[in-house]
Amino acid sequence: MQYSDEVMDHFMNPRNVGEIEDADATGLVGNAKCGDIMKVFLKIENGIIVDVKFKTFGCGAAIATSSMATEMIKGKTLDKALELTNKAVAEALGGLPPIKMHCSLLAEQAVKSALKEYYEKHGLINDDNRHLFDMLNEDANDHA
Amino acid sequence: MHQNRRIYLDHAATTPVRPEVLSAMMPAFTTIFGNPSSLYQSGLQAHQLVENARAKIAGCIGADSTEIYFTSCGTESDNWAIKGAAQACQSKGRHMITSAIEHHAVLHAFDALTKQGFEITKLPVDADGLLDPEEVRSAIRDDTVLVSVMMANNEIGVIEPIEEIAAICRSNQVLLHTDAVQAGGALPIDAHRMGVDMMSFSGHKLYAPKGVGALYIRKGVRIANFFDGGAQERNRRGGTENVPAIVGFARAFELAVQEMEESSRQLTGLRDALINNILTRIPHTRLNGHPTRRLPNNVNVSIEFIEGESILLMLDQLGYECSSGSACTSGSLDPSHVLLALGLPHEIAHSSLRVTFGRSNTMDDVKRLVDDLEVVVRRLREMSPLYNKNILGV
Repeated sequence: MQYSDEVMDHFMNPRNVGEIEDADATGLVGNAKCGDIMKVFLKIENGIIVDVKFKTFGCGAAIATSSMATEMIKGKTLDKALELTNKAVAEALGGLPPIKMHCSLLAEQAVKSALKEYYEKHGLINDDNRHLFDMLNEDANDHA
Repeated sequence: MHQNRRIYLDHAATTPVRPEVLSAMMPAFTTIFGNPSSLYQSGLQAHQLVENARAKIAGCIGADSTEIYFTSCGTESDNWAIKGAAQACQSKGRHMITSAIEHHAVLHAFDALTKQGFEITKLPVDADGLLDPEEVRSAIRDDTVLVSVMMANNEIGVIEPIEEIAAICRSNQVLLHTDAVQAGGALPIDAHRMGVDMMSFSGHKLYAPKGVGALYIRKGVRIANFFDGGAQERNRRGGTENVPAIVGFARAFELAVQEMEESSRQLTGLRDALINNILTRIPHTRLNGHPTRRLPNNVNVSIEFIEGESILLMLDQLGYECSSGSACTSGSLDPSHVLLALGLPHEIAHSSLRVTFGRSNTMDDVKRLVDDLEVVVRRLREMSPLYNKNILGV
């Protein structure tokens, strides 16, 4: 199993590491049992993600996908951020080893879990976007 | 990142071939290349090389030459011993006993037997990784035919009380197999005095090449053949002998035994220095496995709040090659079965780092590693949602 150069770059030099103290929304996914925990913090102004930070406990792929996922939604509108998929994260990283695909799913879930908190808080969930949060019910570790 | 030299710290995984070993092997590749079963000169010479090697290895472990059988690796030795004993003894019984911390070569061999209707009891170990021989005694039933307990564990280096277990097995007329793949060349072994019936060894853990192993089968112990074929290995393991590797294996084993006292002292010094440095300099760390009843070269620590694979990757970038029991390095979702058997919570098991020293390592390697490890741990903890400096007050 070998990681791509992009994965190693995002692992060794992760973007957006940290916390946002007055975050408008946070998402926490994963658990210690499976060995991956991701927490995402969002700062949102006028429907735009003006800042995003993450903290991750996990393997190289978990850290790299957290870094890439946060990079991909930074500065985006909420609607645009909701379009994030784990496949897009993995592709942007030059691919992931098959047994690490769940890490990208977890990264998507971390972002969407934070967005869901914001959407719920502001009554933004409607019949058009509700399905976009369905993937939060998937088991990221059920990837075998 | 201050050096170009790479520091290999994973000698429990494999070792380089020693130059003395390689040069001992060379004639078997080129000049004495005959098939040991052939009756002309080069065949007879090759046969002699194999028999000399057998005698040397027997001498290294207190056995007779006729009790040493060459195999292709430690895994083959384990499979042969366990499945061969199961098959040969099934009229007497179909129950076998092992420990929860065995190598997969043993555990998965037993899993295969379970599917064939054999019954396996997997005994727990204590928090230090030690198996209580009394657990073995109470697990033995009328239909128990085999006990398999490793001599020293590959992940946490713990040395199991094999002699006590052997005495219990003998008095109950149950066969005892021990996986001595990590112990070979590292610990004194006297097969006859220990009273074991079968013992597995591997070449590449003791500076011989990959692709050669051995199984000690005590005289009089009958097990079914695993490899059917020619008359090699006293009709018990068919297949043309890997002569160069067998020669290298014997030379390497001989050197390891000759140098054991000195290298053991040296490795123990490195081991204890690394353990002490990590535990005192890096907060929230713990040693996995018994502090003293462990292989001279084995360090296994958990570094809380960070995950093993990411530790390995960063250390690799800095030039260090080590191992971990985290799920991500095992190719499964669960962390090491050995660490879980110690009673560690999953997150602590995911946080493990294993360093196994060898001949090339020095105290300078330990100093550099600890310095760099401190940096790696700080960086990964800064990224970890489990680590909160304010709460922890550090």
